[in-house]
Amino acid sequence: MASLVRSWIPLLILQSFLVAVAFGSKEAEQFSEALLLKPLPDRKVLAHFHFENRAPPSNSHGRHHHLFPKAISQLVQKFRVKEMELSFTQGRWNHEHWGGFDPLSSMNAKPVGVELWAVFDVPQSQVDTSWKNLTHALSGLFCASINFLESSTSYAAPTWGFGTNSDKLRYGSLPREAVCTENLTPWLKLLPCRDKDGISALMNRPSVYRGFYHSQRLHLSTVESGQEGLGSGIVLEQTLTVVLQPETTSVETNMQPSWSLSSLFGRKVVGSCVLAKSSNVYLQLEGRLGHESKNVDTEIEAHKLWKNADFDLSLKPDRVLRESSGLLFIFDIDKSSDSEPFDLGLNWKLPSKWSCQQAPLQASRFLMGSGNERGAIAILLKATESQEKLPGRELTDGRCTIKANIFQIFPWYIKVYYHTLQIFVDQQQKTDSEVLKKINVSPSTDKVSSGMLEMMLELPCEVKSAAISIEYDKGFLHIDEYPPDANQGFDIPSALISFPSHHASLDFQEELSKSPLLSSFKEKSLVRSYTEVLLVPLTTPDFSMPYNVITITCTIFALYFGSLLNVLRRRIGEEERFLKSQGKKTGGVKQLLLRLTAKIRGRPIEAPSSESPAAESSFLSTKLIFKIILIAGAAAAWQYFSTDK
Amino acid sequence: MAEEQNKKPCRFWIWASASVVFRLILISFPGNLNLSSRPEVSTPLTSIRRLAEGYWLKQASMSPYAGSMYHGSPLLLSVLGPLTVQRIKGQPSHLLCSLVFVIADILSAMLLRGIGQKLQMAYGLNARLLGFLKSSRDKVILPCGDIAALVYLWNPFTIVSCVGLSTSPIETLAVILALFGAVTRRVPLAAFGFVMATHLSLYPATLAIPMIILLGYGLDAPPIKLFLQTRSVENEKSSTSTVTKQAKSKQTTHLPFLWKTVMHFLFWVLLWSLYVLVLCALSLNKYGGVEEMFKRTYGFILSIEDLSPNIGVFWYFFAEVFDFFRNFFLIVFHVNVLFMLLPLAIRLKHRPCFLAFVYLAISSILKSYPSVGDSALYLSLCALFVNELVDMKFSFFLFCGYLGISLLSPVMHNLWIWRGTGNANFYFGNAIGYACFQIVFVVESVSAMLNHDRALRRSSSNHGEVNS
Repeated sequence: MASLVRSWIPLLILQSFLVAVAFGSKEAEQFSEALLLKPLPDRKVLAHFHFENRAPPSNSHGRHHHLFPKAISQLVQKFRVKEMELSFTQGRWNHEHWGGFDPLSSMNAKPVGVELWAVFDVPQSQVDTSWKNLTHALSGLFCASINFLESSTSYAAPTWGFGTNSDKLRYGSLPREAVCTENLTPWLKLLPCRDKDGISALMNRPSVYRGFYHSQRLHLSTVESGQEGLGSGIVLEQTLTVVLQPETTSVETNMQPSWSLSSLFGRKVVGSCVLAKSSNVYLQLEGRLGHESKNVDTEIEAHKLWKNADFDLSLKPDRVLRESSGLLFIFDIDKSSDSEPFDLGLNWKLPSKWSCQQAPLQASRFLMGSGNERGAIAILLKATESQEKLPGRELTDGRCTIKANIFQIFPWYIKVYYHTLQIFVDQQQKTDSEVLKKINVSPSTDKVSSGMLEMMLELPCEVKSAAISIEYDKGFLHIDEYPPDANQGFDIPSALISFPSHHASLDFQEELSKSPLLSSFKEKSLVRSYTEVLLVPLTTPDFSMPYNVITITCTIFALYFGSLLNVLRRRIGEEERFLKSQGKKTGGVKQLLLRLTAKIRGRPIEAPSSESPAAESSFLSTKLIFKIILIAGAAAAWQYFSTDK
Repeated sequence: MAEEQNKKPCRFWIWASASVVFRLILISFPGNLNLSSRPEVSTPLTSIRRLAEGYWLKQASMSPYAGSMYHGSPLLLSVLGPLTVQRIKGQPSHLLCSLVFVIADILSAMLLRGIGQKLQMAYGLNARLLGFLKSSRDKVILPCGDIAALVYLWNPFTIVSCVGLSTSPIETLAVILALFGAVTRRVPLAAFGFVMATHLSLYPATLAIPMIILLGYGLDAPPIKLFLQTRSVENEKSSTSTVTKQAKSKQTTHLPFLWKTVMHFLFWVLLWSLYVLVLCALSLNKYGGVEEMFKRTYGFILSIEDLSPNIGVFWYFFAEVFDFFRNFFLIVFHVNVLFMLLPLAIRLKHRPCFLAFVYLAISSILKSYPSVGDSALYLSLCALFVNELVDMKFSFFLFCGYLGISLLSPVMHNLWIWRGTGNANFYFGNAIGYACFQIVFVVESVSAMLNHDRALRRSSSNHGEVNS
């Protein structure tokens, strides 16, 4: 089967080439694939798959594409999406060990569950409608419950706290969404070679989902052509970031585990995806500066870089690049074939230790208080070791400051008291004017919209820790609003901490416009980190009680109404008359009872008087029948008229 | 005799000032003894925490009603709002607000005393007119004003809602102010109190009926028939007996209805409500105006959006009821407040102050977000009628009931919310019990009042028979 596909592929390429020539377009659609491997300080390995698909701006194709997925281009055209990012994540990014200040982590460390944000190119009034339609389309496309983001209680419109300044931006996240293969398969379907060929063939489901962290991301942006008549081009970037633990046999605990692609994924790369313009594998080693000399021109020195006393690579890299913090080995996988599969391995010989560059402040978030009535959310920002070395500090009024943006969405059942916002810097409470530079609050409305908090803090550089706390009341919901597992609790989406004056970029000092992965690393990206998802237990009513509650409450009302009216209605004169008449009546009833018992016993006593009660009862019964008929008639009429409508 | 007369007010002042000192001690505790977080004390409408949030939002140039937090009056916001922000160093936060509530409580007590004194005078006068007091010389008229004021000041419910940072002392003050104005026939004051009370918590709108009767017919008195009966007896007996001027004026079978005063009152109500509305519109100028205010205050009260637990029965009902029937039950429950207005007004038209008490008690049972502050109000108003209600049935049972509920309610709430060992039914059962006791209380007090009138009639007819 594989050989058949392979034999077809040149034909396909030829065809696409012919078509491209025939239409005379300058730029053809481009697809490139790349895999970045990176050993992590905590004995894990990060694998970052990067696929980029570019559809150039053109009007000649109409709605036809060669490589670009049609579903995505339709999505963009229909909902006028300017930029969009969708991520499915499982696990939590470890900022301390896996890095927080490189483009990889700032772009791929995502909150748990599904996160979606989109910027639209429609008038302001239609943004919400477009968002709702987009969520439904995506939910169908990716087999996920993204359509839950449709309700206005689950998304927000950040103004500046998110990092993208646009009033047509919508942001929503679903922390509880379980991410699994059913989301990966449609995602792979967007790739020209799916997972049949090329780098994506490595994505062996059990090994991918066995990892500590995996985040599958889809980012698309439209590129305006600038020319009249031409439509806009689309750049679709698909990444999958996996953190895996290589199996190791070594007993030494401080020894980094050796690994190869086949041991990590259980598969090897057999050739590149033929449709890809470039397919490379990169290996990034951080903190290897001590070993290298200034220039790597000579063959021997280059050889030294990948086979030395510390480690050796199983394959010879095609190129080696240097960056301020590490080395990057580039491998071209075009040469690999069935007989000679590409199986990169890294073999450590000596224990080695290094640390990742971290964001200036490390954020964590937790809940305070107990009970199901109220509580407080605290966000703790701790200074990291690498903080002093970082660029991006600012001097305002002669003081060195770090800026931090906090963006947080509160679901409506977390009723936040914004006036209780307290900021502590180094365990000392600060007034708002001292550290709070900007704040934007959009309070939640019960059952209508979620709340949003955007803050810009300006902290002194020598800060050790900063804490923000805000109190809230827990809402009480209607029984229909609870999910089936109500006692599990409700999730508060992650807060986003970004550092607007810090930008992460990796510059390898080379003209590498060919490689989309490296050029995306070269772009300055905002340093951001997501906090934990919080689980808030809410009080539940008794779900089995509706009927009891309704009947008991109505009884209370009956008691109130009946007894009060009874008291008001009673009058002395009438009371006396009533008592008298009742006395008579009870006498009559007694007599009747006596007669009845006599009848039952079979002793016919006082025969003449037994006629009148019978007549009375028959009269009563006719009256009763008449009443019943009247009510039935009324009911029938009501039924008739109500169904008529 | 004179010494006793002097002693009593003296003792009253001692007790009143003791209660104020007690309050001051309680508010100086840090954290307000956590009373402000009790659902029995602060409802979504009266919580000062929500008011502070509304004020913060307004200061941040947002609508104070944004965010479903604040549902009170914008005027209260501009009066109390600045006080929530100001802190005195070394003192618990919200101390200034607490002081305002203490002052409101003292004012309410004084006004209650004024109402009570008027009622006491009227009671004495009527008793003398009916020749009721002469026959039973030993029966002393209790100083109901002092009793009511002390009941108000020392009622644990009042103390708790004053110390627990809820705005209900101010609502209570407005209601009592309205009644005081009507009793002392200060029409503009009565209209102001009425408009403010309605503006703050909507339900005192029902007080319009008793206040109109009060202004139209005068203070509480036994039914008019009795006077006629007595007079006819007296006329029969001899025409030389001294008849007071007031009795002379009551020559007709109907008491004169003072249309002029009532129209005056209505005019002032219109004026004050216009004034209040203009003030609200000015303070909410940029944030949706008066329409938004009505939607977020009265709309919130009527549609019962907040389902957080309180001592009423509505929260759980509307948390559980099927959405399809929600509107139906909303209408039914709110109409229940209005249903009994007319029958009560017909039956108790000769006792407008008592009618006002019954209306307030009913609205505190059937309120959307009741608190113990409402109970404190009607319980102290009830103390105004100690002379009439001496023969009330079940009073010990009711006392035990109120005591039991107020002890059990925090326990049940704790079990459900904090410990998680109980469930919502625990607290709801408590709320049901409370509603039942309140209903029994209202029904019994109405019945005791009607019985009192009956006894008066019987005794006066007996008196007449004896005389003839």
